[in-house]
Amino acid sequence: MVNPMTATALHEQTPALKAEARNLNFYYGNFHALKGINMPVYDKKVTALIGPSGCGKSTYLRCFNRMHDLYPGNRYEGGIDFHPDRTDLLSPQVDPIEVRMRISMVFQKPNPFPKSIYENVAYGLRVRGERTRSVIDDKVEAALRGAALWNEVKDRLKELGANLSGGQQQRLCIARALATDPELMLFDEPTSALDPIATGSIEELITELKEKVTILIVTHNMQQAARVSDYTAYMYLGEMVEFGVTDQIFIKPQKKATEDYITGRFG
Amino acid sequence: MSSTASIASTAEGLPIVSQPSDRLKKDVTRHFKERVIESILFLAAFVSVFTTAAIVYILITESWVFFQHVPFSDFLFDTQWTPLFDDAHYGIMVLLSGTLTSSAVALLVAIPLGTIIAIYLSEFAPFVVREVAKPFLELLGGVPTIIYGYFALVFLTPLLQHFLPELPGFNLLSAGIVMGIMIIPYVASLSEDAMRAVPMALREGSYAMGATRLQTALRVVMPAATSGIASAYILGISRAVGETMILAVAAGMQPNLTFNPTEPGATITSFIVQVALGDLPHGSIGYQTIFAAGLTLMLMTLVFNLLGYYMRKRFREVY
Repeated sequence: MVNPMTATALHEQTPALKAEARNLNFYYGNFHALKGINMPVYDKKVTALIGPSGCGKSTYLRCFNRMHDLYPGNRYEGGIDFHPDRTDLLSPQVDPIEVRMRISMVFQKPNPFPKSIYENVAYGLRVRGERTRSVIDDKVEAALRGAALWNEVKDRLKELGANLSGGQQQRLCIARALATDPELMLFDEPTSALDPIATGSIEELITELKEKVTILIVTHNMQQAARVSDYTAYMYLGEMVEFGVTDQIFIKPQKKATEDYITGRFG
Repeated sequence: MSSTASIASTAEGLPIVSQPSDRLKKDVTRHFKERVIESILFLAAFVSVFTTAAIVYILITESWVFFQHVPFSDFLFDTQWTPLFDDAHYGIMVLLSGTLTSSAVALLVAIPLGTIIAIYLSEFAPFVVREVAKPFLELLGGVPTIIYGYFALVFLTPLLQHFLPELPGFNLLSAGIVMGIMIIPYVASLSEDAMRAVPMALREGSYAMGATRLQTALRVVMPAATSGIASAYILGISRAVGETMILAVAAGMQPNLTFNPTEPGATITSFIVQVALGDLPHGSIGYQTIFAAGLTLMLMTLVFNLLGYYMRKRFREVY
């Protein structure tokens, strides 16, 4: 089922696969939002999804953790193979909650829960039934350190998450998503609501995180894709126009449409 | 450069006139119409404020007359309420105990059930169920309370007597339970509004962490809607404390210092009905009691409203 062809042509040393979309179609009711997408996601790499508004990049991202299941009338076709299990994430036999236990997500706008900083990060652990105080303490600290937030909040863990600044809130959301040791992290335009300094710190964080975790990031900002990602996919009108190593996409795209978008002639 | 120069020269050439040109002149009729509408709106607002102030004024002045005859300490601490007897006692605690007991029973019914209904409607019910169920629920709030009163008296009390054979025909328990049923729609509907106002982004954040629907509802949505849910509860309490007909019909009107719901009892409200409908002469001290009782009731609901206001401020939604 897995088609290694798409990968080998791009790079001499092809990294291991983490996930792979196979002829993925998605429908919002009658609207055909994703059209026959095939794309690999490589293990411990950052893959950026770029494209103009409404091209389906967020829709595609939200297929990975089955967020579309939350709303009636949505329908998937095709599949996303998840490795090392080699299981189709979209199969009806797969429990979306189990999927979300292993694939976490950071949203466009920081959405801390109405809880303390500590409880925000502990949320995923508590949801998984973890009760041991010392385990939660350790994981919360590790996640906050991982999200480069620990030094700023270690003395105010009991304060509300909403009291933090926008950039700190987003790092809190990253810490929350990190606390459960996910294998794949989805970032849906994580810096679009942030100022340039906060954006810089989040980008730095993403580059550090890929040591441990595979990252898929949707971004409006092409410079951001160029800065943080190893692979880039250009989408347009629900189709995957081009996928490749980031340097190659930005320096020498294969398709005219990609070049037009990247050079700013369109979009 | 050249454009600024040309503006300066025109400004220099033309003197400023105090008499505006026709096109800029004040429109007198429009101005007048605005003033009329403003006055009407002000009057409408004024009527409601004035009514409230007038009610408070009357309650206070009439209670003042009452307290000329009855010492304040007797009013608070006397354990009997017998204003219609020769040996008159005026211990408001007696009526207060009825009000508190029946309200407590009502809230024990309304708050859990109302909250559960709100969680179901806001987080679990399919769209169609919610759209059908909510109007029905709100309809339940429109049933006249006298009907609830008879429901308590002729249906619930006999039913409860199967389980509690000692239960008298008039009792605070069945009145309280039915009162709770009456309050459910308010609690459920307002709590549901508060929960539905929680942004989808918070729910998505919770689901994305692998939470189930129940976990999301209890751990994220409810805390986010705390202030709205708290005001729903407070409104429920105010309704319970102020409810009259159900208690007048089903709880008996015997003043009874008790916190046992299986006994009959009079509440502040049912006592006021009793006296207001009775044939006590205006101006007699017995008649005057209803103002003191009414003032007590108003102070109680005022406290609850202030509490609700404080809760709304304290737990204002911070999405």
